[in-house]
Amino acid sequence: MRLITVNATVTASNDRDAEALRNRLTEKGTLLVNVMSAAGSGKTTLLSRIIRDMPEMKIGVMEADIASDVDAKTIEALGAEAIQVHTSGMCHMDAGMTAAAVDAMEGHADLLFLENVGNLICPAEYDTGAHLNMMLLSVPEGDDKPLKYPLMFQKSGALVITKTDALPYFTFDLDRCVERAKKLNPAVNVFPVSAKTGEGMEALEAYLRAETQKLSAKEF
Amino acid sequence: MHEMGIVLHLARTLDETAEEEHLTKIGKVVLQVGEVSGIMTDLFTDAWDYFKVRHPVLKDSVLVLETIPAVTYCDACKGTYETVKYGKVCPLCGSEETWLKQGSECIVKEIEAE
Repeated sequence: MRLITVNATVTASNDRDAEALRNRLTEKGTLLVNVMSAAGSGKTTLLSRIIRDMPEMKIGVMEADIASDVDAKTIEALGAEAIQVHTSGMCHMDAGMTAAAVDAMEGHADLLFLENVGNLICPAEYDTGAHLNMMLLSVPEGDDKPLKYPLMFQKSGALVITKTDALPYFTFDLDRCVERAKKLNPAVNVFPVSAKTGEGMEALEAYLRAETQKLSAKEF
Repeated sequence: MHEMGIVLHLARTLDETAEEEHLTKIGKVVLQVGEVSGIMTDLFTDAWDYFKVRHPVLKDSVLVLETIPAVTYCDACKGTYETVKYGKVCPLCGSEETWLKQGSECIVKEIEAE
């Protein structure tokens, strides 16, 4: 037996796969957005709204869930290409799984969403190969979530606060929430929205357009 | 299950190392786990034992876990303190401008192999 010094993080091979996938998608002109949040925060509703509001963009969605295909069917009904990924019990998507899902998509997408497994913990730990991590926090979940799940807030380039139409019914303090999130991640872009009423959607959609345009300028 | 996912990645990293170094058998695997990495060591060892027998190179391996203590750095007073004991607020000056210096890692330190 000989001793071999490895000194590699356990996710080193994942990080390599993620970088390779990101470069491949940049070449293809596809912006990959990793959408993360707790279960029930409105990921599918938000994506449905974006698809309806941005008909000029070719949008694709990869739905990752432990079981069922209800989300993929909802997206397909809107005319966008959607595939369902089953993670076989795994609580997150990694770069290898994401690359396999990307390969399974048939048409070209300018904007490709990976709807990660509903969970504020493990998905934050894996680089999926996305250009942008976008997390959702819904008003009913509470403004204390940045304190409880700091890594998710640190890893996200965009924080979308969803269900703002429900603000009058909850003790959710929007300013306090944003302040807590910015303390963890000063560069985070915050978008309070209601996918139901459309409030705030314009700013989020303008941001997604601008991020997609960055691809052609190779800013990733 | 969280630990199972990490075990899958660990096995892959070790398979790659085995190929690079032309190893046929890995005996001991020393893994450094941060105190606040969120990894439950008992569950992790169980998941490893379940998984390793499915990998020829790893089937006789023993996992040794070393803990990396969690340390937080304070931007305000430039001091460091134990994360687990004091959390986000610096016990030296009361500031919340603090960040985790170490303790969230999961690193394969070394392996014994032939």
